[in-house]
Amino acid sequence: MDVMRLRGLVRKESRQIIRDPSSIGIAFFLPVLLLLIFGYGVSLDARHVPLAMVVEKNSPQAMALVSGFNQSDYFLPIPMRSIQEAEQALMHRKVDGIIWLRHNFARQLLMGGKAPIDVIVDGVDSNKARLIEGYVTGVWFNWLERMTGEQGQRLHVPVTVEHRVWFNAEVSSRNYLVPGLIAIIMTLIGAMLTSMVVAREWERGTMEALMVTPVSMKEVIASKIIPYFILGMGGMLLSVLMAVFLFQVPLRGSMWPLIVSSSLFMFTAINMGLLISVVAKSQFVAGQIAIVITFLPAFILSGFVFDIRTMPVVIQWLTHLVAARYFVDILQTLFLAGDIWPLFLTNSAWLAVMALFFLMIIKKKSRKLLE
Amino acid sequence: MSAASELQPVPQVQPKKKDDIILSVTNISKRFQIGKRIVHALSEVSFQVKSGIVTGLIGPDGAGKTTLMRLACGLLVPDSGSISVLDMNASREPLKVQQSIGYMPQRFGLYEDLTVQENLELYADLHKVAVKDRPARYEKLLHMTGLAPFTGRLAGKLSGGMKQKLGIACALVSPPPLLILDEPTVGVDPVSRRELWEIIYSQVKKMNMSVLLSTAYLDEAARCSEVVLMHEGKMLGQDTPQDFSRKMAGYAFEAHGSQRNRRALQEALSKSKKVVDAIILGDQVRLVTRKPEQAEELSEEFSAGKEQVTVRAAQPRFEDAFISILHDCKQDGDDKQCDLILPGQVGGKGDEEVIIVRDLQRRFGDFYAVKNLSFSVKRGEIFGLLGANGAGKTTTFRMLCGLLPATSGTLQVAGHNLRVARAPARAKIGYMAQKFSLYSDLTVRQNLNFFSAAYGLRGQLQKKRIQWALDSFELAEIQDNDSNDLPLGYKQRLALAAALMHAPEILFLDEPTSGIDPLARREFWRHINALASAGVTVMVTTHFMEEASYCDKLVIMARGQVLAAGSPSELTSRYRSPDNPEPSMEDTFIHLIEEFEQRKGKDT
Repeated sequence: MDVMRLRGLVRKESRQIIRDPSSIGIAFFLPVLLLLIFGYGVSLDARHVPLAMVVEKNSPQAMALVSGFNQSDYFLPIPMRSIQEAEQALMHRKVDGIIWLRHNFARQLLMGGKAPIDVIVDGVDSNKARLIEGYVTGVWFNWLERMTGEQGQRLHVPVTVEHRVWFNAEVSSRNYLVPGLIAIIMTLIGAMLTSMVVAREWERGTMEALMVTPVSMKEVIASKIIPYFILGMGGMLLSVLMAVFLFQVPLRGSMWPLIVSSSLFMFTAINMGLLISVVAKSQFVAGQIAIVITFLPAFILSGFVFDIRTMPVVIQWLTHLVAARYFVDILQTLFLAGDIWPLFLTNSAWLAVMALFFLMIIKKKSRKLLE
Repeated sequence: MSAASELQPVPQVQPKKKDDIILSVTNISKRFQIGKRIVHALSEVSFQVKSGIVTGLIGPDGAGKTTLMRLACGLLVPDSGSISVLDMNASREPLKVQQSIGYMPQRFGLYEDLTVQENLELYADLHKVAVKDRPARYEKLLHMTGLAPFTGRLAGKLSGGMKQKLGIACALVSPPPLLILDEPTVGVDPVSRRELWEIIYSQVKKMNMSVLLSTAYLDEAARCSEVVLMHEGKMLGQDTPQDFSRKMAGYAFEAHGSQRNRRALQEALSKSKKVVDAIILGDQVRLVTRKPEQAEELSEEFSAGKEQVTVRAAQPRFEDAFISILHDCKQDGDDKQCDLILPGQVGGKGDEEVIIVRDLQRRFGDFYAVKNLSFSVKRGEIFGLLGANGAGKTTTFRMLCGLLPATSGTLQVAGHNLRVARAPARAKIGYMAQKFSLYSDLTVRQNLNFFSAAYGLRGQLQKKRIQWALDSFELAEIQDNDSNDLPLGYKQRLALAAALMHAPEILFLDEPTSGIDPLARREFWRHINALASAGVTVMVTTHFMEEASYCDKLVIMARGQVLAAGSPSELTSRYRSPDNPEPSMEDTFIHLIEEFEQRKGKDT
């Protein structure tokens, strides 16, 4: 590798970056946009769930239960006169569930018999349905406790569960989504940046002129990796700052593992982009391929939203080919749990292996030939 | 990464003596697979390029020029045969070859978002020009190309001619013993073209540089010291351009008729068994014969009754040789000329003015793309708009076709005012775009079906028109072929057929024959002439000087303004001088542009 040629190429690439708003846009605007959309728009928590309350006959006990729902932050109870009306509302998705206290609720309760509360939950979104179920049970337990306290009796529930959530005490899905999201965004940036800029050289015919100079392909590849690595790390820094200061995601791990793993991952992502550019000779195709073979698998198979352990075994195997999987794991632990060295080292090793593997293919595939 | 490449010394290529062989091509063949089709880009080509001169690789599009150059640069590997460049094998030691040549690909290889200076710096870094030698080298190159005042300008903001010059400057930065240029003069106006040739020759003279360049313009052959003539992947011959022409002495004539107009005369003469080629040139018809002939005998033979045809021997040209060689090649094939049978009434009668343009203006922001343009075209005329890139031809054309509204002025086409009634005017217009703009995945018939339907033809009429197109353009045999797989000449015919589906009164042609071989071009113009005789008005834009001479009338444009108007012979005769008794269209054009620039200079 020749220093003068490499320096010349890197300088050329940097000048193009500075003059071309699209690469700056991909590196800095895209992370901000995606983080804002996902950070604020996507939440896996249920809050202010509209709930139809059908109380067929008022009684102090029924009122107590209703007020329990009223006080809960999770629900937005809407009083309804009949179960038919409530079912209608559920059908039209105006409410996500129904609490139905029949007219004989208070009497049955006072008689010491069974007093059933009907709970109907919209199961279309199974995740949400389960959350609602849990919250309803919580409200019901509270009410039960108060009722028994008033009547001076012990609650006949044999076991009480004491919840303790580790690492994400507020069980805020944002804390868990944002670190994973950073990995996804970095995949997109790394692959898009490099695949498109090489394709651009093909498209504009500059690659042909470049090839008929004494430059070696190694120098061309290095000149693409260096500036875009720096640019991508800039985007990474911006994303981490946004996560910590805007979304208030705790960063419990230390700086060094974060820098090392980010660099490894950025290197892998850029190599993926370069590999795409070996195949795609137009910017449009390169962009499409980058999205389909890097972004989408990273989104679905990295464990960023969907838990890998619940996937079928074959798919679980497939996830090992997705570089983002390792980085999502590293980031989620670094942010929420702290430095957990065995986990960090294994995942980083996998990233390094992938990066070198891609680099090897690129070196083999990129020849100074037009065919 | 490997130490070996660092330690390799840059080969110090000794400047070669004149007539040494600098590039030698031996039995080169190269095939490409495009879809299911195998294209023989080069078959068994052999030639040698001498040192210290300009060698031209001349041939129409698809001749294999670019493939050959890429092979010489080590960018492609031949299927068989070998290329040696400066005594190095281009496919075995590409890196060494690349260290000692300068190359400019067809699209210059410039980074449009870098400035002139930055482009030069990049190529100096890549060729490892010593830092202390750079300022002097830059200055020399910038001075030579006239780019010195624009060093800070982005390459993308340069004009076409300036980009080309910068491309050459970048290729020359090291400076290399061999310079390879792929179509350096394509799309460049004649003035820049002349300057480009001056740059190339200054390098040959001062640095004893060898140059290999390709071109599709046959009239550039004369500027090369030696010419390699190529066609469809085969080499047709190698010689000096003078020798190519000299061999044609006794074959080239000019004919002048006393009665018939030049177009009718050309049509009659081209049917003669003795004639290989008859084209209109100025007021005359230029002939190339099959065998050497005597002018007097031809005069007698062609004169009949009242019609007196005078034939004189003419100066043979390079193109005559090409035509005659091509004819010899095709001898075994069918040589019948396809005459265009016109469907009923195409154009209409009378010679009233069908296109009237008065004080036409088109402004983009505060830039006038077209300024005070006025001209009129009579029915059945072939009218040319000639000008360099950026002269305003395309803008004018778009306004005439109703694709772009005019800012001010009168614009009347086929009796309709285009500023108020675009749709009815458009129905009477046929348009053939510069690049092949048909659907390449559709067959010939499907394309014709589509275009006839797009022009609103239905039922019997549509069937009749498609049949007419298939018959008169001889497309029937290939009607089920994908139009992508057609040879260029057939594509051209298909495009013309598609533009004529609705029997338009006016036909617009945008640079119709750039890059196609001279035989196909002649055939095309024969169709156009037939259409004009039948009353179709034809409007042509071109920056291709040869095409201009086929027109009845011309307007020469620069910077959105008309520089001159008249028939080709009127225009060229203005610049007749003792030094140049028969100025070409190109000479005329350059004179006009220079006068215009001087006037501009005085104004400011």
